[in-house]
Amino acid sequence: MDDRQIMLITGTRKGIGKYLVEYYVQKGYFVYGCSRSPVDFEYDTYRHYCLDVADEQKVKQLFADIGKTHQQLDVLINNAGIASMNHLLTTPMKTVTSILSTNLVGTFLFCREAAKLMLKRRNGRIVNFSTVATPLKLHGEAVYACSKAAIVNLTEILAVELGQFGITINAVGPTPTKTDLIRSVPQSKMDDLLHRQAIRRFGEFSDISNVIDFFIKPESDFVTGQVVYLGGV
Amino acid sequence: MAMEKQVEDLLFSAIDEINEQLPDGHKVQKTMDTPLFGENSVLDSLGLVNLIVNVEQKVQTGLNLVITIADEKAMSQRNSPFRTIGSLAQYIVTLVQESTA
Repeated sequence: MDDRQIMLITGTRKGIGKYLVEYYVQKGYFVYGCSRSPVDFEYDTYRHYCLDVADEQKVKQLFADIGKTHQQLDVLINNAGIASMNHLLTTPMKTVTSILSTNLVGTFLFCREAAKLMLKRRNGRIVNFSTVATPLKLHGEAVYACSKAAIVNLTEILAVELGQFGITINAVGPTPTKTDLIRSVPQSKMDDLLHRQAIRRFGEFSDISNVIDFFIKPESDFVTGQVVYLGGV
Repeated sequence: MAMEKQVEDLLFSAIDEINEQLPDGHKVQKTMDTPLFGENSVLDSLGLVNLIVNVEQKVQTGLNLVITIADEKAMSQRNSPFRTIGSLAQYIVTLVQESTA
């Protein structure tokens, strides 16, 4: 086994997750990824698992495989997330449970299992995903924004619980980027949203990886429990 | 019986690793009656968490089984399986039996 750093990214089939795989594979990481369906790309240093991020048994098996193969996990990026724009009065309960399950339960489960692997080496970096929809109190995104608000709180609390083990945990809060997540949002809504940012443009994937790079670099071992919102929100 | 001995060995091996981090006079004694929490335990709450994680990983590599020791059942039992090394060993045996049944 070589001395590559081991990274796990959730939600890698498309969008930001897919971009992050390519970005970190090129940076020399050995990357594990997962999504419900198979991916349409492959790299020598990428392994994919098809699973639901809230499926405890399958997630534990993924971590068991990483532990068995590499005896370590250096970085976890909890990118998997779903959204569904809807007014409270017309939001089906199935949508509520499904968003909370993927966004919150999935993030929690991956944090727990990653921390177990990182514990032994007293070293690890976890990066969670929030969103500007949380501080902006975006109407029509109540469940999505709440699930991400929970992730902010989770990140802050886990930072305290994991700090003594040398594990840092932070979150990045992207602005809208041009992914499937905003495909169904009307243009006028998007324009309103961009006007509430200090810097009024869509986010680029590289804006996100830039923040992740900061969180995971060795010199950031004193940075934990922080949330960085993009676009000046 | 063989499996119970295997679990005991894995548990003791996890305790050995935990003991490496503990000062002399504060090591966990490898007997079935040794308390794992409360005022008579040498482990603090983080020490116990560390031990549980360590044992889970030992079971994973030693028995090729993925189990969660701190599951709902463990947390809801009137008599916690984390009382002593013996009760923890017995609980792990139950989990192993359930996942191989």
